[in-house]
Amino acid sequence: MTIEENLIHHLSELARIRLSPEEEGRYQKQLQSVIGYMEKLKTVDVKGIEPFVHVGEITGGMRLDQVTPSLSPKKAVENAPSSSENRFVVPKVVE
Amino acid sequence: MTIAEISRAVGEGKRTATEITEAALAEIEKTDSELHAFVRVMKDEALEQARDLDQKEEKGPLAGVVVAIKDNICTKEVPTSCGSKSLENYIPPYDAHVIERLREADAILIGKTNMDEFGMGSSTEFSSFGPTKNPHNPEYVPGGSSGGSATAVAAGQAVAALGSDTGGSIRQPGAFTGTVGFKPTYGRVSRYGLVAFASSFDQIGPITKTVDDARRIFDVITGVDPRDATSVDRPRGERIATLKGVKIGIPEQFFPKGLDSEVASSVEAAIAKAEGEGAIRVPISIPTLDSAISAYYLIAMSEASSNLGRYDGVHYGHRSEDAGDLLSLHLNSRREGFGDEVKRRILLGTFSLSSGYQEAWYGHALKVRRLIHEDFQKAFAKVDVLAGPTCPSAAFRFGEKVNNPLDMYLSDVFTVGANLAGLPAISIPSGKTEDGLPLGLQLMGKAYEDDPVLDIAEQIEKSLA
Repeated sequence: MTIEENLIHHLSELARIRLSPEEEGRYQKQLQSVIGYMEKLKTVDVKGIEPFVHVGEITGGMRLDQVTPSLSPKKAVENAPSSSENRFVVPKVVE
Repeated sequence: MTIAEISRAVGEGKRTATEITEAALAEIEKTDSELHAFVRVMKDEALEQARDLDQKEEKGPLAGVVVAIKDNICTKEVPTSCGSKSLENYIPPYDAHVIERLREADAILIGKTNMDEFGMGSSTEFSSFGPTKNPHNPEYVPGGSSGGSATAVAAGQAVAALGSDTGGSIRQPGAFTGTVGFKPTYGRVSRYGLVAFASSFDQIGPITKTVDDARRIFDVITGVDPRDATSVDRPRGERIATLKGVKIGIPEQFFPKGLDSEVASSVEAAIAKAEGEGAIRVPISIPTLDSAISAYYLIAMSEASSNLGRYDGVHYGHRSEDAGDLLSLHLNSRREGFGDEVKRRILLGTFSLSSGYQEAWYGHALKVRRLIHEDFQKAFAKVDVLAGPTCPSAAFRFGEKVNNPLDMYLSDVFTVGANLAGLPAISIPSGKTEDGLPLGLQLMGKAYEDDPVLDIAEQIEKSLA
């Protein structure tokens, strides 16, 4: 398939990474080369095959409903670039 | 000195942990300005740990063993940057499961090692903090992403190191630096406290000088942990005391046309030695391995694009100064915090998971993954272990692949299979090229049969000595 530059722009918006037009051009060429290589995967017949997620094939493990030691709210926000009263601070969202 | 020798000497009081730690720190001081294996040396912490250990009556199995830690493994109150500018100032408030285990065993944690950003790379050239050099020749890469850990062991700065292996990140630097790199079965070692790259592949394991050392570290870090839902407690397989009668499968896909002749003859010589000890060579084919690189990278990038969504400039990590509103805070923090390769993989993963493409790419790759898993199972019905080169070449030069992503990805062609199927796999040194660069032999075993893989590796190591 052909990777258009506007697809790269769309992906960068979905991934929340701002890119310059120069970067979009470069990634377009590189993604084209990688996806071009990966396209041969489509020739593998997978009719009737279930997806394989990992070797343990465990799904939805449940933990016991018990309180265990965990971080205090103060510790949990300590690495935040901006916090106040144990809460994360972001730019104003509602006018 | 091996781990067995060190813990005996410290246990019997012939050496003190303080002496050993001071010697390791002196070695790092002497060599690391050139090699750059470490992003942080834990000098004060290590000396304090050593002094406490010297006072202790009952000492653990890793008493006085100096261990270096890949910088994507959380260490309480010690910065853990994951090779990324986005986590440059991140200080974990807790220890990873493997760190708790190492501390309980009285290992000395000497420092945090350099790596490709978030584990994405095969050379350490994608570290935000500059590359690590290969101690065998500083013009060559040490491999990656656990390149700092491999160099620290190869250069004698540490006796052992922890790495993490998502697509070969323990085994490939092991091969490039002439060390032993062991990736356990998926689920054997808790990922609690390991910064996530691709959760269905990531596995922590040791890099050491000998197979016995690798086993001793593995014995300490393995085990079930309720904080990692995929961690398992299962028997480790039957022990093997001799190569006599051991069936070694040689997949033709590990010896493609045009394979580097020095790589091929080194592995060939190692297998011939094993045959001399009574092992049986079984030619075999694993046809779906031809799709392994594509399936691996599609799934790994998809998981990465999701896992790295957490770096939003709000909860922890880098936050852009240039952020008038919430959207531009996200867009600019991620633009500034992530390096080139990480962005490339997030974009590819976002592509593979996005509406309209998901079933054809990510979904398809997961089904191919099952076929690869089934192919391995068929192979293991006939053989005890699979053998081949760890990498298609010896270490490459700095700059050689850095501008060609596909070329870099293809250097993982022999290692990703074990991650796709969750198998235990090890790289051991198999010799050197004419230019003096190390080469590695890779062995893969059945899922959960970690002990036979280590046993067979140890026997081959002995026959090569």
